[in-house]
Amino acid sequence: MTSTIEVTNLSKHFGKVNAVNDVSFTVAENKIYGLLGRNGAGKTTLMQLLTGQEFASSGTISLFGQAPVENAKVLQNTCFIKESQRYPEDFRPKDVFKTAPWFFANWDQEFADRLIADFRLPLDRRIKKLSRGQLSSIGVIVGLASRAPLTFFDEPYLGLDAVARQIFYDRLLEDYANHPRTVILSTHLIDEVSNLLEHVLVIDDGKLLINEDAETLRNRATNVVGMKTAVEAFTGNREVLHRDGIGGLSSVTVAGLSESERRDAHAAGLELSPVSLQQLIIQLTRTETKEFEASA
Amino acid sequence: MDDSRPIFAQVAENIENDIISGALPEEGQAPSINEFAAFYRINPATALKGVNVLVDAGILYKKRGIGMFVAAGAQEQLKGARRDSFSSEYVRPLLAEAEKLGIDSAQLTQMIAKEANNS
Repeated sequence: MTSTIEVTNLSKHFGKVNAVNDVSFTVAENKIYGLLGRNGAGKTTLMQLLTGQEFASSGTISLFGQAPVENAKVLQNTCFIKESQRYPEDFRPKDVFKTAPWFFANWDQEFADRLIADFRLPLDRRIKKLSRGQLSSIGVIVGLASRAPLTFFDEPYLGLDAVARQIFYDRLLEDYANHPRTVILSTHLIDEVSNLLEHVLVIDDGKLLINEDAETLRNRATNVVGMKTAVEAFTGNREVLHRDGIGGLSSVTVAGLSESERRDAHAAGLELSPVSLQQLIIQLTRTETKEFEASA
Repeated sequence: MDDSRPIFAQVAENIENDIISGALPEEGQAPSINEFAAFYRINPATALKGVNVLVDAGILYKKRGIGMFVAAGAQEQLKGARRDSFSSEYVRPLLAEAEKLGIDSAQLTQMIAKEANNS
């Protein structure tokens, strides 16, 4: 399989802060990736490095086989939709859609017009008069209609309501199916997008914590609930991702169980329930728990 | 779609249900991968994986350049498989719950007969 992005030992320091810390991964062509992690984990810095908007402190980046920095050939094929895109002072949305095609060879005006109608975006209003959600919808429309072979969405939907977000997901899937491309979606709304993703990258504290197929990740953890003694007997020495309890009841999250282990758990009167991608990531990136467990 | 099982397995099961109910008739054309992906709001790769489960089992077959079709005999094949797992999927959990509540098998048989008469 061709890889669109190859990152090797990439680091970016701001003074003493290691925003991105020795990260290596590849991104396969024409898949939808989720880039997930907490605020300040390094997601945006990583995307800025990948799109040549920041210089790496060390390590190498290759997009379509070339370094992205100051490389028009690479950047023509890349679209980066930022959380807080700034526009020239007097711009109106129609000006954005007039200029966007200059940058993107695959720009589809008909698709853009349809999205503008879907999002009910007023074309003639000054951008500074737009609501936060309307501003976000401009970015989403540019990101979709550009059909760039490599598209980054960094928290694209600040202020977008539930209806508009659903339109975004639906149009993304629909258009991706007809025009496959590599999409990297950074978001905090993991539950909403988890079924759209084919692969998941989780970054925490500048480090790459998870680089895994979404389906594999979804089956990775299980909640085991039951009487405390029974739960403890069952979990034994296995790795516990999370532990909760109330009275004599205990609930623990453990890594993947085999079929026979599941039967054992049922026989022991324990209840098993799935862990959503969002829950799994919360548990893996929640520092309080780790510190708590370390001090306990 | 829920989180309890892999999504591709749920896609396959939903298609099976449509074949069993007759909503997807034998020798009829099945929706495309992209249609499944849009309908279930899932990644097309996941939809493809679900459909491939059924292609491998001989439930669906591909006609080159046209699309996917429901195989002849698919409905009976699926019903047979569901009958085989009926005991473990439905009867055993029922017995386990009955035992927990102190309902013996005579009472249980009576309850089943009563419900069957009512429906």
